[in-house]
Parts: sequence; structure tokens; C-alpha cells
Amino acid sequence: MSLSTPNSGELGRPGHAARPGRLHLYLGYAAGVGKTYRMLEDAQELKRKGVDIAVGYFESHGRKDTMSKTIGLEMIATRASSHGGATFQEMDTDAILNRHPAICVVDELAHTNVPGSRRAKRWEDVQVLLDAGIDVMTNMNIQHLESLNDHIFRITGIRVRETVPDWFIKSAGEVVMVDATTGALLNRLKRGVIYTPEKAERALQNFFKESTLAALRELALRQTAHELESREGIELTEADGKPSEDSSPRIEQHRDRILVYVTTRPSTAMLIRRGRRMADYLEADCFAVSVSPRHQASRSAKETDPVETHLNFARNLHIETRVLEGDDAAELILDFAHRNQITQILLDRPIYRPWTHLFSADPILRIVRKAKDIRVIVVADRRKSH
Amino acid sequence: MALLWIEYVQMTGDSLRRQTPDELLADIELEERRKRRGQLKVFLGYAGGVGKSYQMLDEGRRRLERGEDVVVCALQHKYPAGIKAILDRMEIITTLKAGEAESIDVEAVLRRHPQVALIDGLAYDNPPGSPNAHRWQDVEQLLNAGISVIATVNVQYLQPLQDEVEKITGSRPPYIIPRDFFEEVAEIALVDAPPAESFLNGMIDRSTLLAEKHKLSRLRELALLAVAAVVDRQLESYLRSHGTEQTWGVHERIMVCVTPRTDATQMLESGRRNADRFQGEFYAVYVSTSSGSGQKILEQNLAFARKLGAVVEVLNGKDAAQAILRFAMERGITQIFVGHSSAPYNAWNRLRGDLVDRLIRSAEGIDVVVYPK
Repeated sequence: MSLSTPNSGELGRPGHAARPGRLHLYLGYAAGVGKTYRMLEDAQELKRKGVDIAVGYFESHGRKDTMSKTIGLEMIATRASSHGGATFQEMDTDAILNRHPAICVVDELAHTNVPGSRRAKRWEDVQVLLDAGIDVMTNMNIQHLESLNDHIFRITGIRVRETVPDWFIKSAGEVVMVDATTGALLNRLKRGVIYTPEKAERALQNFFKESTLAALRELALRQTAHELESREGIELTEADGKPSEDSSPRIEQHRDRILVYVTTRPSTAMLIRRGRRMADYLEADCFAVSVSPRHQASRSAKETDPVETHLNFARNLHIETRVLEGDDAAELILDFAHRNQITQILLDRPIYRPWTHLFSADPILRIVRKAKDIRVIVVADRRKSH
Repeated sequence: MALLWIEYVQMTGDSLRRQTPDELLADIELEERRKRRGQLKVFLGYAGGVGKSYQMLDEGRRRLERGEDVVVCALQHKYPAGIKAILDRMEIITTLKAGEAESIDVEAVLRRHPQVALIDGLAYDNPPGSPNAHRWQDVEQLLNAGISVIATVNVQYLQPLQDEVEKITGSRPPYIIPRDFFEEVAEIALVDAPPAESFLNGMIDRSTLLAEKHKLSRLRELALLAVAAVVDRQLESYLRSHGTEQTWGVHERIMVCVTPRTDATQMLESGRRNADRFQGEFYAVYVSTSSGSGQKILEQNLAFARKLGAVVEVLNGKDAAQAILRFAMERGITQIFVGHSSAPYNAWNRLRGDLVDRLIRSAEGIDVVVYPK
């Protein structure tokens, strides 16, 4: 039981059917830091206060201390689905909607549903609950944040597949860091609290290296500080009682506008993620812009596809996309930048060919040369160079 | 603060420097001392009611259940029911009281000599006439006697953060835990939660309530960043002691290229912000070629760089790009800041490639950030 209740006075507030539910996120940095434990403690506290609360999904991982925290809480039955001959228990979103508690507790936000489920990801199910006006308490680890994917890969060497888009996390009313020291976490692992002995042994050699954990922990702490800061901005704006547009002159005056140049190159995905993060932190607008030759037919399908994939990826991260038509990519990008008051342009490093600087053929170098009044960031793909 | 963070996020691949013999020795000595001494673990919060006491006592309970000898040595005045239930099952050594004030009964704790002492509230001062003026000195005594201590404290009371705290709250707190003591803390865990309802109750006036919420929010952010900084230091020390060179950039090394012709204020300020927050390294570099024009702007730029605490280096060489790249490789630079080229785009420059062009083409693994004039 913690003395503070999540989102004090907000979560579980009854009688506003029209308002969407509020999301309360517990953020951790690894399995076993105590996210579920903490979330259930807060749920117990809310229940004691008489709030209508039910658990929509709970994953015990066989941890006794955590299981004991569910005692007395209403558990909504999961739904069995079979796939590939095995049976999986998934959250029963329809059952939760029918029951319609004021607050629903949902473990493991980043979970991917069994193939064939109505929605691919648990966060999409959570979105359905929020849309129905149900407040949701949920949890995830920092490594599942979409825009941190490259960064996490560099830290851990692991490409995390289960990701949650940043805009979804941004929509949370409150983000709370669930911290544990790396020492305490490693002790828990060695005592077999987190995983079975065989799995723990593997974990110690991979993800659960002290240096890896420390780096993830630092990242989670800084992310939570940032989430807090951006929410603070919103609250102060709302508190003025003015429409948010004209009550934040600081942003209006020199609001950054970021352009990400989308090409066929695979490193564009990295560029888009970075653009997303920059936009978040600068409270900036972000555009992902590609250039397609006027005669589409002259382009092979092979070349078109990666660009479309990248643009879709950008759309998923709620970045506005534009496709400019024409042959002079550099000219088109700069024209767009000037017309849209772009302040920063993100580019890949050009592929070096000895003749490029002779004929100025590489659009990237040409953009740099001509964008005299715009900050240009040429992002290195550091994975290759180390 | 947003700007600082974005620059942090931009950090990537980097390798940490090797340890000097002195640093190695200091690490070993610290390690030795830690082994003899009891371990100190601190739960850090930012206000009453965020759950520090509960988390500390819950850890005490779990340790007790695992067979450790745990004793409570200092408590707050008031607890809610959930905490009382835990306390009922624990051994408590009552504090010595002098009117309102109280102090840990150090003699009694030393006689009892538990494995672990729980102390709720590390920052208090002892009543006048006590052997130690501050409670943290009592804790020091217990640690030296080989007793491990788990304690709680709010971020306001940490000496290194006094300036930031004053900016937020408008005043300095009455008690302070010195930097040296705090730096020896073996483990620090953050207790994070939104401001407790009870804390804000009773503030009927809306603007007072909002001001208070804002203040608490800033303190909460400070606590998060303080723990992040501690983790960062531990990470560095861990990597040093294991001789590991890692490829993630907890430390960014930024190099601002200063020229005699253009104002570098924006680049330098941006570089400084980054270095401030992440203990990154920050260089301002000028390549001295033969031309002597624009000395005044150059001097202004370099003076400003020094004022911001940059390591200022003057490189010699006819080929500026080559000199910059060599320096960048030697120092493991991760980001080069440079101004947009002002040279006319004539055939010669195009063939040779201007500075910015050449940096972009050759600085493999380094971000090149080109600033407007």
C-alpha cells in the first residue's frame, strides 16, 4: 500500500460517461523491479477507498509476493485462444466492457496478442477500454517505447519487437517510475524470485548484466522526468483558463519545426525515430517528407516500397507525411522547408562515392549547402562504426 | 530542460575512457571500506506521503521473512493503518526524546547489534547536547560498527542540490546531508508517485493549489534526475572497474568548431547545456591557418567558450577538415557542431569540397550538426 493514490482524485472518478478514460502508467526498466506489485498495491488502496476497480489482466509469473497482492480484488476471467496447437490466455476486452468498472488494472501493456485476435496489441485493447470511459492502470518497461528502439538495441544488443507507440504513452495522465536498485534486482534474480533457475541463468548472461540494467534504469528515470515535465507544461497551460494555443507564447514564438528526409535507405527508420523524439522534447511539429519522380513508372517497384514503408512507420508515430513530386530532390525539400518554416532538417549521411562532390549529385550534400538558415543534422549510423 | 534532454537522446556510441591508476586505487579503497562497513541503502522521495516509509518497511519485512535480523531504530510520528500492520511485526528500539525532538538511541542499537537498522528520516538534526549534532552522523557510527542501514530521505535535504531546491521552493531546508556522506551511499532507490491527495487537501485557493502542485512536480523531477545522475556515476565506475568499453553514449563528447568569422554563441550554448547535464565533455576548437582576418570575433568566441567551461584547443594545420577530424578521432568525439559554409560555391571549392562537406563525408560514426549563421 502506498500512501499516494494514482492520479489523486482523478482516476476512477464516476459519472462522466462522455469523457475518455484516463491512463495511469507504471514504468520500469526490467522484469522484476516490482511494477505489478506496486500497481496492485495502489489498486488495493483504491478499493479500500471504495473505488469500483477490477483486474482485467494479471500475469503472476509465479511470484508469491505479487500474487498475495491480488487477494480481495475482483479478477475478470481471461479468454482462452488457441494458436498452433497451444492455448493462450488473453485479456477479455468484451468482458471488461460488459462489466465496465471505473478502473481496470491491465498488466503488461506491451504484450502482443495471439495471432487471430481482434486486435494485434494489448495497448490497442487498452485504447478500446479508454474510449469506453474506463480508467486504466497498466505497466511496461522502458525498452518497449517505440522511439527508443535503436537506443535500446545499442544498449542491450537486443532488437525489442514488442513496442508501444510514443503518442500512446504521451496520452497517459500520469507516468510513475517503479524503481529498484540494480543490486536488489540481481539479488531477486539469483534468489529465483523473477524467473525459474534455468531462465535466470540465461537472463544473467544477456539482459541482466549490471551495466545493461544500469543504463536502462538511467534511461527510465530520465524518461519519467521528461514525461513529468511535459505534463506539467500542459497543466499550467490549462490552469490559466485560456485556450492552450494562445496561452503558451514560449512555444508559439520559436516553436521548432522538424523535417525528416525519407529515402529508400534502411537507416531512414532510425532517422524517423530520432525525429519523433526530437519533436517530443522540443514540443515541435515534425514532418516526414519524401520525393518521388514525376514519372512514377520510371521507378521500379523495389525502390518505391521502402519509402512507403518508412512513411507508414512515420504515420504510426503520428508524424505528418508528405510526398513531393519532382526530379530535383534537394530543391523540393528546401522549398518545402522554407514554405513551412522548418527549423531543423534531419538527414542520413550521404553514401560516399568519389564523384559525388564533383557533380553535386547527392541531394543530401546539396541540401546541406543550400539550407543556410536552417539547422541541418547529419545523423551517423553509429552501429556500423563501432 | 527539453533541450538538454534532446541532446541526451542524440547521444549514442561512445567509449569510456580508461581508468588512471589513482582512480583505480580510489575505487579499490572504496570497495574495501564498503566490505568492512555496513551497507547504506536510501529510499529517496520528494515529499511526505509518496511512500518512502512504506517501501523501506516493506523491504525490512521481506528481509525479516528471509531470516535477516532487522530492527527499526527511528520512526515518523504518524503512520496510516497499512504501515502500522507491518510495524506490529517488527522489533523497535525506541528513540531518545528531548521535548519535541528525538534521536536514535545509538548505544542501545550498538548493544543490540542487528544486521539491519531501519531509519525513517535520515535528515533530522539531533536535540542540542546529543553526542552527534546530526542524525546522519549517528548512521555513520552504525555503519562503521558493521550494521547495515536502510533509511529514507527527501531530495530537498541533499547538499549538492541546494541551489536547485532553492530555485524551486524559494528557501533552503533546515537540515542538510553533506555531499561526502551521500556519495558513499551504496544503493539509492527512487520512490516515485504523484503528489499524495492528502498533501494537497486543505488548499482551497486554486492558485495556491496549482503553485503547490507545480513546486512538487519540480521537486519530483529533481529527485528523478538526481537518481539518474547517481546511476550514471555507478555505471561509469562499474565499467571502469571491469575494464569494459561499452558502445553506448552515456557520455557525449561535443566539439564546436569556432571560426574567426562567425558568431558561435548558439553552438557553444547548445554544447554547454549538453555537457552540464550528462557530464559529457565539451570542446571548442579553432584551426589556426595562416590568415589573420577576423581576430576580434575569434577572440570573442573563444572567450565565450572558456566562460562556458569548454576545453579550448587551437589546432595547427593547413587543412582544417583534416585537423578537425584527427582531433575528433583522438578524443572520441560523438558530435561535431559547425556553422554553415559561407564560401562561394566556385569550381575549385566544389572540387575540393568545403569544410562542411568534407566533415559530413569523412566523419564516420559522428553526427555533424550544421548551424545557421
